[in-house]
Amino acid sequence: MEMTERHVMGLIELLYKMADDQLIIGHRNSEWTGLGPILEEDIAFSSMAQDKIGQSLALFELLHELGEQDPDTVAFTRNAEQFHCCQLVEAPIGEFNFSIVRQYLFDQAEALRFEMLMASVYEPLAMVARKFRGEIKYHVMHGKTWIKQLAEGNEESHQRMQEALNEVWPLALGIFEEGDYEKEISEVNIFAGEAALKSRWMETVVPFLESCGLNIPQSDAVTGGRHGQHSPYLQPLLDEMCEVFRIDPSAEW
Amino acid sequence: MKIHSLDPRIERAQLDSESQQGMNTPMDQFQTYEVFEQKKRGTHHIHVGSVHAPNAELAAVFAKEQYSRRGQCVNIWVAPTTSIYATAYEDADIFETTPSKYHRDPESYKVMDRIQAYKQKQNA
Repeated sequence: MEMTERHVMGLIELLYKMADDQLIIGHRNSEWTGLGPILEEDIAFSSMAQDKIGQSLALFELLHELGEQDPDTVAFTRNAEQFHCCQLVEAPIGEFNFSIVRQYLFDQAEALRFEMLMASVYEPLAMVARKFRGEIKYHVMHGKTWIKQLAEGNEESHQRMQEALNEVWPLALGIFEEGDYEKEISEVNIFAGEAALKSRWMETVVPFLESCGLNIPQSDAVTGGRHGQHSPYLQPLLDEMCEVFRIDPSAEW
Repeated sequence: MKIHSLDPRIERAQLDSESQQGMNTPMDQFQTYEVFEQKKRGTHHIHVGSVHAPNAELAAVFAKEQYSRRGQCVNIWVAPTTSIYATAYEDADIFETTPSKYHRDPESYKVMDRIQAYKQKQNA
């Protein structure tokens, strides 16, 4: 099937939401730097946050090739309503239980999305997916190892993991909020779509969480993020993230 | 009595010299694991340092970011520090004659000329 303008618009929408998710969670998780529960985790969490910024850059570069503005402009000059990230990534870091459950649920979705994209007909995106495969595999491993450790630790740590899961779950379901071009991007095999991703994610995370003795909450997805409707947490994050850039957008770094 | 220091971080903490706050108790830290990194398949694992962790799985997760986030690595071993048995420094004299045992060095074998001859034959 031939690529039409609507297919390209679907591709751009897909790239924006992925890049925005990674940029925002990367910035958010970097807030743990210096505050991690132990030194080793501080370094690991900060390093993964940096990885996320790197992944977002690779996707912003693809967008630039498709005619969007350069990565710095796109990352640092938009306001909240122009972002396509899900509300999961905007939420404050909270306590470590919240951040670690979010990290796992987000990265597991990311890992599966990238796995699907390795077969994308849009070769530049398939290449990016292949490039970051190992990096994201480590992120998933990190999240799973912590969740298992804490869920099976003692009564208090188990309870805190369950509380975090109850809080993160509806936000995590928001990852899979459908865009306006689901049909277009799947019919030309750019990406099989959010519904397909969600079912693979459920098949992966539910058995794992249950094996750790955690109960899957029955709650509805928090949506809106993909269409520019965000929580009150996003704009203050952007103000902080973009503060230096906005002092002099023309500065050479 | 309040502790005074030139370090502003210690001043801000308003520590009391009688207080036990900030003191480490024995259970305050996780145990340590020694980390061994393998740069290439088939080569030896080399000791690169240690990490604190509650178990071996998390020790491996931490070790990956502490020690192999720069440079090449294909495999990591972690082992509880307590599982290492070490010789005592008082016994360092057991190694004293080692440097003089040059007959154990491969240079003692007069094979280099034969190796060179073989290489030349291969290239010819």
